[in-house]
Amino acid sequence: MVRTYLLLVWTWTRSAAAYPASFVMMTLFGFITAAIDVGVILVVFANTTSLAGFSREEVLFLYGAASVSFTVCDTFVSNLDRVSQHIKAGTLDTILIRPVSPWLQLATDRFNPTRIGRIVQAGLVLGYAIAALGIDPRRAWMIPVMVITGIVIFAALWTLAGAAQFLLTDAPEVVNSFTYGSQQLNQYPLSIYARDLVAGVTYVLPLAFINWQPGLYVLGRADPFGTPEFMRFLGPAVALVLALVAGFAWRQGVRHYRSTGS
Amino acid sequence: MCGPGTERHRAITPRRCQTIPLYARLVRYGFRKHATYLGAALAGAFTNSVFGVLRAYVLIALWQARPGLAGYDVTDAVTFCFLTQAFIAPMQLFGGGLTIPERIRSGDIALDLVRPASLQLWTLSEDIGRAAYLFLVRGIPPMLIGAVLFGIKVPAGAGQWAAVVAGLAIAVVLSFAWRYLLALSVCWLLDDRGVQVLSLVLMTFFSGMMVPLHLFPGAFGDIVAVLPWAAMVQVPADLYLGKADVVEALAFQVFWAVVLLGLGALGTRAIRHKVVIQGG
Repeated sequence: MVRTYLLLVWTWTRSAAAYPASFVMMTLFGFITAAIDVGVILVVFANTTSLAGFSREEVLFLYGAASVSFTVCDTFVSNLDRVSQHIKAGTLDTILIRPVSPWLQLATDRFNPTRIGRIVQAGLVLGYAIAALGIDPRRAWMIPVMVITGIVIFAALWTLAGAAQFLLTDAPEVVNSFTYGSQQLNQYPLSIYARDLVAGVTYVLPLAFINWQPGLYVLGRADPFGTPEFMRFLGPAVALVLALVAGFAWRQGVRHYRSTGS
Repeated sequence: MCGPGTERHRAITPRRCQTIPLYARLVRYGFRKHATYLGAALAGAFTNSVFGVLRAYVLIALWQARPGLAGYDVTDAVTFCFLTQAFIAPMQLFGGGLTIPERIRSGDIALDLVRPASLQLWTLSEDIGRAAYLFLVRGIPPMLIGAVLFGIKVPAGAGQWAAVVAGLAIAVVLSFAWRYLLALSVCWLLDDRGVQVLSLVLMTFFSGMMVPLHLFPGAFGDIVAVLPWAAMVQVPADLYLGKADVVEALAFQVFWAVVLLGLGALGTRAIRHKVVIQGG
């Protein structure tokens, strides 16, 4: 499965690398557009030293951690949300009869290696924040764990978004609210949001486990909403459950797909 | 019975389009073309509203830390946030919206250039129709959501409403004028992805869409406030909030609209000489 994925990714990379100037330019542009959100954080902190109790470096840490997870998924699985285009064009039928998992084929469909510029940008911000904060080395083990947890949660969200498009063929953009919206939500400490919203993204759609709960542990801070300490460590388990739910939804979507046309 | 002036003659002679009815008709076609995709537009309105809610909380947290920042109170800041989300589709802040780049690449632009009508006015008319439709379907819902969830300000009195409508109309024309220039650049660059990225930064960050331009520090803030992108989002939003001197604000917008439309007219003349039909 991994070999098939890598083979498909490599095929699309070779096709993109056929135009080297364009390849370099698009990587650079990805880097620039991704930096707009950092620009917003810097402008906000040009006007205040603390946002809902968090400093600039702490916000950049939360932003960086969520963005690394998000951009990795945006690069490697985000094309799952093109399901509705394939349904409308009739190309989903072709994908389903090939002897390779449709999830793998769709995740790598038109894989765009130039998005790696965004991962680099997010990684640089995270690296800067870690260096500037002087994080307690005994808590640093959580950083790779939270990034991987975040990758699993975002990948599950994109899978759910793909599954939802079997129903939402006419308005596929609705799922952007959940995928890109989750990234927007996690750029800032959740303490800025209303209590009900945070409860929703903790207990219903577990976005709080991407960077907020584990991030509080890394930063050595108590949760302003008063959740118990053990919840900082639940991320991997929550990610696993969400991944199972997403896998189930995806299979249901594929199973109930009825081809268009004749 | 077929001589000039008879009823039958008039019926078979193609009616000559007079200038004004032609462009009015193009506005209508632009509107109807986009009205076909109601589902997609409502999905876009939903996404714009969700992002509006998330961004509103960031601004609320900032205004709680700094009450009265930039002359706004918290309600002004929240209103600003939903206004900018409402502007995204009509002002096409994420770029694109014009078919010219594809038509230049495919060579169809040659057909557009031989028409006995100005390419710039033709495209502008269609774009106004597009903006009018998207204003209704993607502009109003985020404002309503903002009003229900947070409470937003509404302009007081007919005078201020008139200023808001004028400001919005000029901002739409200005946004068109800028995107038209970018679209023409394809004639020289062939690939518009580079300028599109540049434009994305200018139309979202330098326009005030992401954060009010009043928050930008020092000389940087002073410079972005006089650039044309400020006239697309920040100025109409300030007119809505009643934070701008009406005459000064509209004059600033008209100035940039005239400059960019003028450049567009020069560009239209230039591409007549430049245009190379690919493969022919």
